[in-house]
Amino acid sequence: MLLRIVGRCSSRWTTALCLLALVLAGCGSEQYPQTTLLPRGDFAKIADDLLDTTVRWALLVFVLVEGVLLYAIFRFRGRPGDPEPHQTHGNTTVEIIWTVVPALILAAIAVPTVRAIFQTNAVPGKEALTIEVVGHQWWWEFRYPEYNLTTANEMHVPMGRMVSLRMGSNDVIHSFWVPQFAAKRDVFANRETRMWFTAQVEGDYPGQCAEFCGIQHGRMAHRIKAQKPEEFQAWVAHMQTLGAKPAATAAAPAGNAKYTEGEKLFTAKGCIACHSMVAVNSPKGMVGPNLANVGARSYLAAGTLKNTDENLARWIRDPQGIKKGVLMPNLGVTEAEAQALVAYLRRK
Amino acid sequence: MATRVLDQPHAHAAAHGEKTGLWSWITTVDHKRIGVLYGATAFIFFLMGGIEALLLRIQLGSPENTFLSPDLYNQLFTMHGTTMIFLAVMPLSAMFFNYLIPLQIGARDVAFPRLNAFSYWVFLLGGLFLNASFLFGAAPDQGWFGYANLTSKQYSPGLNVDFWMLGLQILGIASLAAAVNFFVTIVNMRAPGMTLMRMPMFVWMSLITQVLLLLAFPVITVALILLMYDRFFGSAFFVPSGGGDPLLWQHLFWIFGHPEVYILILPAFGIVSEVLPVFSRKPLFGYAAMVFSGVFIAFLGFGVWSHHMFSTGMGPLADTFFALTTMLIAIPTGVKIFNWIGTMWGGSLQYRTPMLFAIGFIAMFIIGGLSGVMHSSPPADLQQTDTYFVVAHFHYVLFGGSIFGLTAGAYYWWPKMFGRMLNERLGQLHFWLMLIGFNLTFFPMHFVGLHGMPRRVYTYPEGLGFDLMNQIETAGSFVLALAFLVFLVNIFQTWRKPRNAPADPWNGATLEWAIPSPPPEFNFAEIPTVHGRDALWEQKRQRGGPLPEPARVSGAGIHMPNPSYWPLVTAVGILAFFVTLMMLAKIGIWAVIASFALLLLGVYKWAYEPAG
Repeated sequence: MLLRIVGRCSSRWTTALCLLALVLAGCGSEQYPQTTLLPRGDFAKIADDLLDTTVRWALLVFVLVEGVLLYAIFRFRGRPGDPEPHQTHGNTTVEIIWTVVPALILAAIAVPTVRAIFQTNAVPGKEALTIEVVGHQWWWEFRYPEYNLTTANEMHVPMGRMVSLRMGSNDVIHSFWVPQFAAKRDVFANRETRMWFTAQVEGDYPGQCAEFCGIQHGRMAHRIKAQKPEEFQAWVAHMQTLGAKPAATAAAPAGNAKYTEGEKLFTAKGCIACHSMVAVNSPKGMVGPNLANVGARSYLAAGTLKNTDENLARWIRDPQGIKKGVLMPNLGVTEAEAQALVAYLRRK
Repeated sequence: MATRVLDQPHAHAAAHGEKTGLWSWITTVDHKRIGVLYGATAFIFFLMGGIEALLLRIQLGSPENTFLSPDLYNQLFTMHGTTMIFLAVMPLSAMFFNYLIPLQIGARDVAFPRLNAFSYWVFLLGGLFLNASFLFGAAPDQGWFGYANLTSKQYSPGLNVDFWMLGLQILGIASLAAAVNFFVTIVNMRAPGMTLMRMPMFVWMSLITQVLLLLAFPVITVALILLMYDRFFGSAFFVPSGGGDPLLWQHLFWIFGHPEVYILILPAFGIVSEVLPVFSRKPLFGYAAMVFSGVFIAFLGFGVWSHHMFSTGMGPLADTFFALTTMLIAIPTGVKIFNWIGTMWGGSLQYRTPMLFAIGFIAMFIIGGLSGVMHSSPPADLQQTDTYFVVAHFHYVLFGGSIFGLTAGAYYWWPKMFGRMLNERLGQLHFWLMLIGFNLTFFPMHFVGLHGMPRRVYTYPEGLGFDLMNQIETAGSFVLALAFLVFLVNIFQTWRKPRNAPADPWNGATLEWAIPSPPPEFNFAEIPTVHGRDALWEQKRQRGGPLPEPARVSGAGIHMPNPSYWPLVTAVGILAFFVTLMMLAKIGIWAVIASFALLLLGVYKWAYEPAG
């Protein structure tokens, strides 16, 4: 078991780190879905390789210097009646040595660092899939210009194709973090920032905002769903059915009273002022997350609740009680109205 | 020869008896009393910051915990950071500057004694002002770094950011006034023969710290004024919708903020450089290298600020520049660590409490330094920044470094300051509890950070694997609290005992150990003449043995500055000015003008007060 877990760690030095971590809590993808130590994308691999380089040197220096310190602590402990020790004031040779050696170690870290800086700052080519990321208090908007699609909080990416993130903010500074595939980059209201990655392993991974952005910074999580290219294409095709006249209306059971009631309430209760139920050609920077495919998402309210009918109804009725300070007000929705809205949002 | 006078009681008796009573403390301009005031006030703020940290740790002790509401959590982590930096570590260092700089350079007081009192009063009032925000339920909640544009009126409409912005501005006045004072004192008031390269290392590190304060604080002052204009008068320096740039705040803040890190750690470097030689019975190894590495660290400290901003996407050239300058700082820092170990090497180490804390400082600071090198590499830092890995790093530097160093200093100079020896057994217990508690609290943060736990989140979900490590950290924080409880017991017990400390309990190397414990108001009956480094060891060597216990003399005829309450009046005027400015909309411009008049009155009366 232990060997299997260690074997999955990417390299020798991560392995050393993982062994240390094992002492505390173990090291595996199941235990730590948000870990930075098991890179599954090219960008994250660059960061992890550099971490390995620095950890290697840091462990060496740590063992040597703390070892010498411990040796001195025991070797030179004073006893009563000891004569005054020899009064040295310094030693030019050793002082030069312990200035030059650290400089050489730092050079050994600096060279791969500078190389990696330029690699990670490279601009992806035209073949990359561009995704626009917009930070909001406290959720993420994802837009796919190539397909004219908008979604929220759950980003779907195809494995093996480079993703080029072009990022901004609708309000304050946030930081978009994809620990498994890339790293993090801050987003601003007045400038575009960029990051790229290629997902190399399939899966559904958590991430979350990394720059303090107000009262609900702790509840601004997202998910990255890395899919096989054909699955990703199927997802795109499905999303494109969620247009201005959603096919889903037709798909809804004919004469479903709850659904029709929910559709009315979506307007009557004012939901429509902040949310869109349209995934195709939806306007950018709406106040609330796009809800076109909310029924298919794993979580609600940026990672706050598991996406169940019960939780969705709870959320609609009392967002302020569940996520204090969130921009969605309590709108005085009754239980029956909430059930109808759930039916509409789920398109059933 | 040397300071013969020290062992000859002063001939004339009269005056300079120990003044007592509250009024004598309010009007004092004695650097030692002001030092004690700084220390006592800062220690109380330190305990408050510690209690805030315990509350944060309880909240994070289990996933999805509801012990603290999100807004209260944000207020507590902001105040924890702000308190520990501005109200605990900086003024604890100021305590040592105040008490020790004049004693170690053989002076009777600082250059501007009333300005010194003024610094303390402004610091006290600024600290009270910041914490008064709790009474209004509006403690600062935007982080100690106050990133724009979250601090704009639109996203932080309450008083929270106002309290923080004005509180920091007030505290900055105290720091700048003190820095001018200590800089002038060190440059001008050294005893005859004490050349720069004969100064004790604590005085050297203090001098460098004052230069950093003088150059760094004006930057944050300007940034805070710009923010004040944005919030009070509708300008848009940091507001993107008005054409401003939130990134400008980050540059201004970190041009101050990174030198601030060295402002917090260099005094501890100085303290440890005093303690290690005395308890190794051997001079500091590589004195000149220690001086110049300190100067080099301070100089480079102004060229690394953007390593706090790698995730903002500055581009490859800026990333490369700031990565390389940051790595360079590791060289002089390493030199210091090696020289401290070199000081111990071949010595006869005496494991008294101050020495334990000094060695603990070296051992912990090494870890903080190495994790610092790990995130000097921008691509790696893009994963580490804003995670608990960084929280672990800077607590190893500021707790493992600064607090261990300051605690070493407290045990070392306690007998000098209060004339009483702290209990040695309780001191050792304090050390071991602190070492264990500290590592339990902060070491797991390295791992939980690398495993993806971000900073400043009020809770975390189950299933991310953060639970166990957070539990260990919370348990560790209570061991740390216990360590400081032991320290409080020690202080309390020692307080009730009669004065028992000799002038020179540790076989000290520097001038403060030549005079009685606690020292008389005028410090030195006659100003000593210095003939070399480690001035007191030099005297003892020439005498061929320990010096006799110095007698307490009256000091009649020694001119000392008069007490004054005008510094306090001026400080109150400054506080009133900022408070009325904050309430401008409610109470009107005349209240602001009236409090500014009080400030001017204080300055005028102070300036024309008879010098005594």
